[in-house]
Amino acid sequence: MSDVSTPTPSSTAVTRADICAVAIAEAFRGDGERLCNPIGNLPLIGGRLAAATFEPYLALTDGFYTLMDPQSPDEVPPIALPEAERVAQRTVAHWNPYREMFGLLWQGKRHVMMGATQIDQYGNQNIAAIGDWAQPRRQLLGFRGAPGNTINHTTSYWVPNHSPRVFVPAVDVVCGIGYDRAHALGPVASRFHEVRRVVSNLAVFDFEALDAEGVPTMRLRSLHPGVTLEEVLEATGCDVVIPGDLGESRGPTEQELAQINRLDPRGLRLNEVPEP
Amino acid sequence: MPGPDKRCTEDEVVAELSSGMTIGIGGWGSRRKPMSLIRAILRSDLTDLTIVSYGGPDVGLLCRSGKARKVISGFVSLDSIPLEPHYQAARQNGTIQAAEWDEGMLLLGLQAAAWRVPFLPTRAGLGSDVMKNMADLRTVTSPYATVLPGQNDGGEFEELLAVPALELDAALVHQNAADISGNSVWLGEDPFMDDLFVRAAQRSYVSTERILPTTELAGLGDIAHLKISRMDVTGVIEAPHGAHFTECLPDYSRDEAFQKRYAATAKSDEAWDEFRAEFLDIDEAGYQAKVKELQV
Repeated sequence: MSDVSTPTPSSTAVTRADICAVAIAEAFRGDGERLCNPIGNLPLIGGRLAAATFEPYLALTDGFYTLMDPQSPDEVPPIALPEAERVAQRTVAHWNPYREMFGLLWQGKRHVMMGATQIDQYGNQNIAAIGDWAQPRRQLLGFRGAPGNTINHTTSYWVPNHSPRVFVPAVDVVCGIGYDRAHALGPVASRFHEVRRVVSNLAVFDFEALDAEGVPTMRLRSLHPGVTLEEVLEATGCDVVIPGDLGESRGPTEQELAQINRLDPRGLRLNEVPEP
Repeated sequence: MPGPDKRCTEDEVVAELSSGMTIGIGGWGSRRKPMSLIRAILRSDLTDLTIVSYGGPDVGLLCRSGKARKVISGFVSLDSIPLEPHYQAARQNGTIQAAEWDEGMLLLGLQAAAWRVPFLPTRAGLGSDVMKNMADLRTVTSPYATVLPGQNDGGEFEELLAVPALELDAALVHQNAADISGNSVWLGEDPFMDDLFVRAAQRSYVSTERILPTTELAGLGDIAHLKISRMDVTGVIEAPHGAHFTECLPDYSRDEAFQKRYAATAKSDEAWDEFRAEFLDIDEAGYQAKVKELQV
C-alpha cells in the first residue's frame, strides 16, 4: 500500500493525530529487520503501529535498555505506560544498554526519528541551541546523538508544530547533518547518510528532489487531509519543491485505527496534535 | 588474598582533589550519579574544575556553585525535565566554557584514555557543527583505503574524526554494592560508562549503597555485573542513598518531587540561596536526614 493512496476509510472519526501516526509509520515502511527508534509520543505510536501492522520484523526499543520482540501485533506495548507496566509488557529479546546502542548505530541497522527545533531544506537539524552556539540566546538539548545518527544510518524527523520558526532557511546549529553537508563530505564519508522523511502536523516531506547542484533537497510529499498547499507554504520558511502530482496523506485502515487507539489509549497524541 | 582496605569518607576524597583538575563523573543524566561526592565538592573550596559527564544535576550544581570552569558533555539533562536549568543558565550567561560532543564521541574519548591511546576514530560528528564549534577537534586520515562495493579505483583514504582521549585526574562513580577494596557491582539494567570512567582516571572513587564482603558480590546479580575491579579504584565510600535525588535502580527511583524543587531554584538567586542553605551547606548526614523528613 502506498502512503498517498486512499484505503478503505475507517468508520470511526479519524483525527489529524491519527493521520500523523500513519504518516510516521509509513516512514519506516520497507525497513525490515532493523531497529525502529522513534523518539517522542507520536513517533512512538507511529513506529509501533508499523511494527504491529506492515513491518512486523522491526526491532523496537523499550525506551531504555532492552530491545523488544512482541510475539503478536497486540503485544506491541502501548506508549507511556507506568514503569511497572512498561516492564511487565515488554518481551525482552536483547540487552541494549547505551554503549551497545552506540555499537548498534555505528553498525547502521537503525532508523531513528528525532524531533527538530529547526530544520532546513537539506534536512539539517538543530536541537542544540538558538542563536550563536558560543553563548546561545537559548540553550537547548545539546547535540545529543544527532551527529552520529545522521552520518551512520537512516534518520527521519517529526515536527508537531509546523511553522516558519521550525522550517528555516538555515539552522543556527547543525546537529543532524543534511544532504548539503553530506555532499560536501563526499561519497565515501557520507555513504551511510539518509534523511528519509520529515513528518509534520500539516504535511509529509521527503528528499526525492535535487537542487541545481544535484544535492537532494526537501520535497513536499503529501498534504494531510484538510490542509491546503497555501497553508503549508505560509508555515514553511525554507525552500521546498512542490511536485506536480501532489497527493494527500492517507488515513488509517480500520485495523490501523484500532491499533493506534490501543497503542495510545489515553489519547496523548491529541495533546501533541490537537484537532485543527 | 583480600585486597587492601580503601574505605574513606566523601570529605577525605575531596581532600585528595585540587582546583583545576579534570574530573569525570559516572552515571547518565539524572541516573546513578555520585551525588554525595558532588555535595562534598560543593562544600569545599575547590574551583576551576573541568567536568566530563553524561551530565545531569551533577553538572548543574557544579555550574551554579561556580565550581566548574569547563564542561565536556554528551548532553546535560534531568531526564524527566529535559533541560538542566542551571547548565542552561550557565551557557546562556557565558559563565562556563562548554565542549558539547556527540554522545557516542564521549564514550570513545573515555575508552581512548582507558586504553592509553591518544584518540579513537569515528564517523560520528563529521559534517556537523560539533567540528565547527569545538575547534580543538581534529580529523585523521585512514592509512587503509576504503573501496566502495563495485568500484575498482583503488579506493579512498577516509578522513575520520579523531576523538581525543579524555584523560581524567579523578573519576567519581556510584555503584549499588562494593567490597572494601573497590570491587563493585552495578545493578539495574545499564552499567552506563562507569567502568570506563574509572579506567580513564589517575584516581577513581566509588561511592556505594552498601559495602559487603567480597564473597557476597557475585550473588547480587550475575558475574557480568561485577564491572569495576579494585585495581581501578582508589577509594570506596559507603553512601546509602548517596545518589539521591537521582535514580539508583533497583535500590530507589528518582525523587521527582525533590528534583522539581531543585530545578525551580534556577528561577531566582533567592530560591537558590534558600535551597543551598537548607540542603547543601550541611553535611551528608544532615542532608539525608532532611530528605527523610520530606518523605514522611
